Amino acid sequence: MKPAPFRYERPETLEEALGLLAEHGEEAKVLAGGQSLVPLLSMRFARPAVLVDVNRLPGLDGIAAENGHVRAGTLARQSAFGEAPPVLERVPLATEAVPHIGHFATRNRGTVGGSIAHADARAELPLALVALGGSAVLASRRGRREVAADDLFVTHFTSALEPDELLVETLWPAAGPGWGCAFEELALRAGDYALGMTACVLHIEEARIAVARVAVGAVTDRPTVIPEAGELLAGEAVDATLAREAGRAAARAVDPVDSLHASAAYQRHLTGLLVERAVLRAWEAAL
Amino acid sequence: MRQQWVGRPLPRFEDEALLRGAGRYLDDLDPAPNACHAAVLRSQLAHARIAKLDPSAALELPGVVGVLTGADVAELSRPFPAGVDCPIPYRAAAVDVARYAGEPLAVVVARDRYVAEDALELVEVDYEPLEPVLDPLTAAATERLLASDRSFRYGDPESALASAHLVVRERFAFPRWSGTPLECYGVVADWDEATGSLTAWANFQGPFTLHSVAAAALGLPGSKLRLITPPDSGGSFGIKSTVYAYVVLMGLASRKLGVPVRWIEDRLEHLAGSSGATARITDVEAGFSADGELLALRYDVVEDVGAYVRAPEPATLYRMHGSLSGAYRVRHVAARNRVVTTNRCPTGLNRGFGGPQLYFALERTMAIAARRLSLDPAELARRNLIRADEQPYRTPSGGLYDSGDYAACLDDALRLARYEERVAERDRARSEGRLVGIGVACIVEPSISNMGYITLARTPEQRAGELPKSGNAEGASVQVSPLGGITVRVATAGQGQGHATVCAQIVADQLGVGPADVEVITEMDTSTSAWTVSSGSYSSRFSGVSAGAVLRAAERVAAKARRIAAHLLECDPDDVELAGGRAVVTGSADGISLRRVAGVAHWNPEALPPGLEPGLQATAFHAAPNLDPPDADDRIASSAAHGFVADVAVVEVERETGRVLVLDYVSVHDAGRLLNPLLAAGQVRGSFAHGAGVALLERTVYDADGNLLTGSFMDYLCLTAPELPPLTTGHRQSPSPFTPLGAKGLGEGTTMSVPAAIGNAVADALGRDDIELPLTAPRVWELLA
Repeated sequence: MKPAPFRYERPETLEEALGLLAEHGEEAKVLAGGQSLVPLLSMRFARPAVLVDVNRLPGLDGIAAENGHVRAGTLARQSAFGEAPPVLERVPLATEAVPHIGHFATRNRGTVGGSIAHADARAELPLALVALGGSAVLASRRGRREVAADDLFVTHFTSALEPDELLVETLWPAAGPGWGCAFEELALRAGDYALGMTACVLHIEEARIAVARVAVGAVTDRPTVIPEAGELLAGEAVDATLAREAGRAAARAVDPVDSLHASAAYQRHLTGLLVERAVLRAWEAAL
Repeated sequence: MRQQWVGRPLPRFEDEALLRGAGRYLDDLDPAPNACHAAVLRSQLAHARIAKLDPSAALELPGVVGVLTGADVAELSRPFPAGVDCPIPYRAAAVDVARYAGEPLAVVVARDRYVAEDALELVEVDYEPLEPVLDPLTAAATERLLASDRSFRYGDPESALASAHLVVRERFAFPRWSGTPLECYGVVADWDEATGSLTAWANFQGPFTLHSVAAAALGLPGSKLRLITPPDSGGSFGIKSTVYAYVVLMGLASRKLGVPVRWIEDRLEHLAGSSGATARITDVEAGFSADGELLALRYDVVEDVGAYVRAPEPATLYRMHGSLSGAYRVRHVAARNRVVTTNRCPTGLNRGFGGPQLYFALERTMAIAARRLSLDPAELARRNLIRADEQPYRTPSGGLYDSGDYAACLDDALRLARYEERVAERDRARSEGRLVGIGVACIVEPSISNMGYITLARTPEQRAGELPKSGNAEGASVQVSPLGGITVRVATAGQGQGHATVCAQIVADQLGVGPADVEVITEMDTSTSAWTVSSGSYSSRFSGVSAGAVLRAAERVAAKARRIAAHLLECDPDDVELAGGRAVVTGSADGISLRRVAGVAHWNPEALPPGLEPGLQATAFHAAPNLDPPDADDRIASSAAHGFVADVAVVEVERETGRVLVLDYVSVHDAGRLLNPLLAAGQVRGSFAHGAGVALLERTVYDADGNLLTGSFMDYLCLTAPELPPLTTGHRQSPSPFTPLGAKGLGEGTTMSVPAAIGNAVADALGRDDIELPLTAPRVWELLA
C-alpha cells in the first residue's frame, strides 16, 4: 500500500498554487486534509503525476458570518467548522451533519473544501450544502466564479471544477426565524459511509411550509434535491401522514443498486424512512 | 509476612511502554542490516492456470534486487505437511495454478517497498481462467475437493432419535470471519549461505508445531531454522500462527537473492492472503423427550477450509471433538465431518477455534427445541446441564471435563440479567408491537488442547502405524543472577495478553519477592528458549500450562535457594521460608537476603551444601494430565481444562430499519482460579467483542467468481467501540484439578457463546428460526419485509 511515484509541490501562496494547477492541469491533484486522497493514493486508485499540497496557503481557513451566509475557507477543518460559533448559530444543519463524517481523527484533518471538491455522493457536507442551496467559490488564474451547489456536483467523484481551478471557499446560507432543518443517516458502524442519508430544510410562514428542500445522498450519484417531496410539503402543515408521504415520494424518486451490505430495496426503504424522520424533525425545529 | 500475588488484580507491567509507543514490535526491529524490502505479487483470480509469469520488466527497474517466482518455490522447497493427505499440495506460493484471489505468485525484492510495489506492476502475468468452486456443498460432492470424510458414533443415537418425543432438524451456516489484529504479519528472513540455515524474525504466534512444518517445507532440520519472535506482537487471536507460510516464502527469497528480506504485510494483503476462521454448514438432528431431556445429537458438518488444507487444519473441526455434547448430559452422539476445499484463502486459527461454529448450531437447536416444547430456554438448559456432582465428567466423545457447577453459573447469569423481569418486559413490549427477544447460551470452554485431536481426521487404522501425538507441554526458565536479579524466560510468544505480569506474580509468590522485582523475557528464540512443539499461546493454554511451567521452574529455584539458605543458617530447608526478599527461619528473626543466597550460588560454590550444583537457575517443562491420543473408538480428551460460560442476551430489533440493539448482555464464567482478575476481565471483554463482531457485523464475503468483496476495512466491518454492546460479567472459581494453579483458559469462551446468545435473542425477537449471522440491519430487515 505505497503510492505510485508523484511530484510533490507545496506552494506558499494562492498565486503559486493556481499557477501550478494551470501548469499541470489534469495531471495534478490537490492535497488538503488527505482523508480521502491519501488512502486512494496508497491503494494506487489515484495516480496523479503532481500533488499540490495547499495546507500552507495563508488565510484559507476562516469561518465567518456575512450577508446572510457563513463563509468557510477551503482549509477549515471539519471538526472546527461544525463547532464554529457562526455555524452553531446560523447553520445548524452543518453542525448536525459533521459528527457523521468519519471519526474524530479524520474530522480533525479533513477539510470542508476538500470534502466538497471530492464530490463523493456518499459524503455529508455536499448533501448539506445542496439542501441549503449554498455555493462554492472557485478560483483560477482565469479569475473567480461562484457556482451553486446544485450545479457543482456532477456525478460521483466528479464536480464542475475545471482542472486549473481551486475551490477556495464555500457559502452556507444562514437560517433565520421560521427555518428548521434536520440531517438523518444510517450507517452500519459509527463513521461508515451511510446506507441512506437525507437533509431537510423547511421555512415556515404562518404555520405552513413556504419553502421545503429535501435532499438525499448515498443512494444517488450525487447529492440530489427531491422536488416531488418538496412539492408535497409546500403550503402544508406537517403531520405524521404527510411526513410519511414525503418519505414515500423520496423513496419512489431514487433508484439505488444492490450493494455488498444492503439490497436496493433496503436502501430505497431506508431513504424514505430517513426523509420521513427528517421532515418531522425539521418541522418541529422550525415551529 | 509472605504476600500472595497470584489472584490479585495487578495492573499490567506491559502497559506503560505500549501506551508510550515504546513497544518493540517486528517493524521496530532492524535485526538484519541492509535488509531489502519485499512486496508480494498476488493472484487476481480465484482459480487460474498461470500460463506465463515474466518478471523481466520488473528486473529492469532501478532498485529491484530480484524476483522469486512460483517456479523457484517449487524448486527450492517442498509442500507443507498437513493433518490429512490432501490431493492438492500447499506451498508458499502458487506453482502453475492459483487457487484463490490473493494467493502469492511471486515476491519482488527491492531497496524499498515503494520500488517493490512499482515493480509488481511490471511483472507480466497471463492467466488462463479455470472454473472456481465457492459452494462448500458442491465441493463436498467433488472427490478432488473433499479432503477428509469421517463419521463418528458414540452410544446409540439411532435408537435414541427413534424414541424421541421431538426431533429438531435444522441447518445452520456459520460465516467465515477473522481476528483482524491491529498489527499485520511481518517477517525478516536472513538466509546464511555458509551454514545453509535460515534465521527469521516474525511476529509468529505459536504453536511451535508449525516451526516443524516450516522446516519441513524448507527441507531443513529444525536446528537450521532459527525463528525469533519480537518482545511485542500487536494482537493475533490465532491469525498470526499462519505467518509461518510467509517465513518460508521470504526465507526462499532471501536464499535465492542472497540478501536479507523484510516484508511488512499491509491490511489489503492481510484481508486477502493471511487467514480466517472456517465457514461451516451444520445439519443438526436432536432428539428430546417430552419433558425436555436431550436424548441424542447428530451432526452432519461440511467445513470449508479454503483453497488448501493448511496446517494445523483441519484442526478447527476437531478441537471441539470432546465437547460435541456441549454442556449437556446427552450420551448418544454422532457426527459426520467433511472437510472441503474451495477457492478462498486458506483458513486457520481464530479465537474460539471451532467453538463458535459448534455452539451456534447446538445452542440454536436448544432454543428451537425450547420453543417447540413450550419450555423456557433457561429451564431446558438447566434440565440438561451436567451436574456438579458428576465432575470430573467424561463426555460420550471422550472429553474429560474437570470441575464446575454449571447450573449455579446459569443461575448467576439469570440473576444478573434480572431474567424474570426481563421476560415480563419482553412480553409487555411485544403486546405493544415491539420486537424484543431474549437469548440464552450455555457453553463449555475447552482450553489446553490435546494436539492428538488432529489425528481424528484419519481413521484408527491409518493412525495405528504412526507415532501417537498429544503434545501439550510448555517450558520456562527462571534464574537468579549473582546480584539477586530474577529473570523468567517463557516461550509463549504472547500478543498482548499480559503474560509478563502474570509470570511475575507467580514467581514473586515462590521466591518471596514483589512482582516488580521479576523481569520477564517474552522474546522467543527457538535456538535459545526452552520450548517444545506445543509452545505458544494457542488454545488459551497460558494459565493452565505455561503458568504451570513457570511455577515448576520457580519452585525448583525456590527449593534450591532454601537448601542453600538452610546450609548457611544451619537449619533444615523445610524451616526456611522465602519472604520479603529474604530467606528466613520460620518463627525466628534469623535470615539472609535472597541476593546473598544467589551470591553464594554464583560467587562461592565452595560454601554450597555438599553435592549441590552452583548457580541458581531452573528450566522446567509442564504438561497437562489426561491427554491421551485418540483411542480405537475415536474417543479423545481433546482438551485438559474446561471452563463454563452462561450468557443471557436481551435485544430489541428496530422494526423500521432492522437494527439489532443489544439492550443487555450478561456473561458468567467459571474459569477455575483467576490468576489476575483484571487481566481476566480484559480477556472476557475482548472475547465478547470478537464474538459480537460476527454476531452483528463481521463476515468475509467472496462473490460467485471468488473475488474478495471484503478486501478493506471499509467493507470488512470490524466491531468498533461505539458498536460494542453493554456487558455485565460474573465469575465463579471452581479450581481445575488438572492444572497446577487451578486455572483454566478464559480468552475464547465469550467468542464461542455470543454468536449463539445474540442469535437466539434475535430469533426470539423475530419469532423465527431462519436467522443468519451476521445480523446486520439490512439482513434482519429483509427477514421482516
